[in-house]
Amino acid sequence: MDVLFDFSPVFDRIDDIALGFWATIRLSLMAGILSLILGTFLVAMRVAPVRIFRAAGTLYVNIFRNTPLTLILAFCALGLSDTLHIRLSNTTTVNNYWLAVFGLSAYTAAFICEALRAGINTVPLGQAEASRAIGLSFFQSLRLIILPQAFRSIIAPLGSIFIAMVKNTTVVIVASYIESAYMMRQLFEEEGATIPMFAAFAIGFMILTLPMGFFFGWLAKRLAVTR
Amino acid sequence: MTTAVDEQVSKPRRAKKSEASLLFDAPGPRARARNNIIAVVGALILLGIIYLIYARLDQKNQFSGKLWHPYVESETWTKFVIPGLLATLYAAAIGSVAALIFGVVFGLGRLSDHRWVRIPAAAIVEFFRAIPLLILIFFVFSVPPTIATAFDREIPEITPFMAVVVGLTLYNGSVLAEVFRAGILSIPKGQSEAAFALGLRKNGVMRLVLVPQAVTAMMPTIVAQLVVLLKDSALGQIIAYSELLDKGFYQMKANYGNAIAAVLVTGAIYIAINISLGFLANRLERRSRRSRKSTATTMGGGIGAPPAVGMSTTSVRNIPPSISGDTGGI
Repeated sequence: MDVLFDFSPVFDRIDDIALGFWATIRLSLMAGILSLILGTFLVAMRVAPVRIFRAAGTLYVNIFRNTPLTLILAFCALGLSDTLHIRLSNTTTVNNYWLAVFGLSAYTAAFICEALRAGINTVPLGQAEASRAIGLSFFQSLRLIILPQAFRSIIAPLGSIFIAMVKNTTVVIVASYIESAYMMRQLFEEEGATIPMFAAFAIGFMILTLPMGFFFGWLAKRLAVTR
Repeated sequence: MTTAVDEQVSKPRRAKKSEASLLFDAPGPRARARNNIIAVVGALILLGIIYLIYARLDQKNQFSGKLWHPYVESETWTKFVIPGLLATLYAAAIGSVAALIFGVVFGLGRLSDHRWVRIPAAAIVEFFRAIPLLILIFFVFSVPPTIATAFDREIPEITPFMAVVVGLTLYNGSVLAEVFRAGILSIPKGQSEAAFALGLRKNGVMRLVLVPQAVTAMMPTIVAQLVVLLKDSALGQIIAYSELLDKGFYQMKANYGNAIAAVLVTGAIYIAINISLGFLANRLERRSRRSRKSTATTMGGGIGAPPAVGMSTTSVRNIPPSISGDTGGI
């Protein structure tokens, strides 16, 4: 019984655990930035007045939203790297990092695109018509009327997507980049103390995700558009 | 009241092609000419991207018949793809049923009047929602042998299948618990007040009035979460559960070295299943919107994926339903 709840292996290997979470943070930050850029680009395509852009955006979103992230990341490692020999860096770990980040961003961007599009759709048509009626140009009405309202209504969904993305970085294990899930599996094998180790990693993820949830929830409430 | 709201909902929000939309006014002759030019340029850019991908694949000889040939042999399908697909569907089916039961039990548990039920249920649901599914699956897979060793007993057989199903159940069940709870909370108070006034007890109010309406209202979200569950079953590959990703991609690549062909076929199968489930969700949504008998008019925010852990439900109450519904299921 004492063996099960002996937390000393956790403290012995705290450096390795921290290393795993540092990798998770690095992956999350870069994938967050890239997916936001790609998602914005995609939503611009999906709401464009030109049909071919809309079709391309819809195709992208439907493909990436319905494919398991595991498959995308496995393809990044085995397809892009091994088969097509796409090298993003000469160092193997850096190369794996960027492939994982691109896989994660490509997947998350599809969800961000949908959230942004839903945000634009919540702005009542009358707002846009009124802004055109008072003579605002396209970019003026976008900047002054539509985007401020759209952005404020999607803070909570965007927050949920980013939190899910932080949790999804564990799937990077299939792209052979060492992060927290990889580290946990390795420590399970080396130390055997499954319950304390799991508790440590679960607490680590809560430290990452719970404050994000509180922050986005607070921001969404603060900036909510009253209609 | 109900009719007015329903009509508002059923009115098409998106304007037709040539009419003004939210972002763009109805195009005149000049705008139409400009749009045509942009369309041609855009088509050329997209074709250029397609060509770049094609050139890279061709350079690495990915179009040679040798790599695609396995897919015209029946053995590939009977040995790899179909068994993998069946394993995925099997895990997803068992996981879905278990997650739905888990979701109902804990969703109602969180709404209980008794604090000793409400608080543990909330803690369990929030815990499983806050941690990644993969480390949960690892834990479920590795903990029984450790316990068995500690107590010096026989090591119980934990198959990868069991670990995947338990992991999928705990995680998606917790999300579904939040979905059910949000659905019940979104039903107007008058419904339960009327039911209590008729003399029903708590049990009857829940079972006969609130739950049926909540389930109908949340049906699209529930189906969206089941799509997530199906996608997440691919995590089983990591602990050597031999499902579609493992058989259709890893084993195909190991045997024939055709990563590109294998990823396209495997991905297409996943996409086909998930898109058809998505269509089902859309149909259910349209049907539940049409029939007024079974659905209460929910007070917005009711439909859609629950917010992530840490965001209180009240904070997202004023978000229109269309938002969270579309993004649910990452």
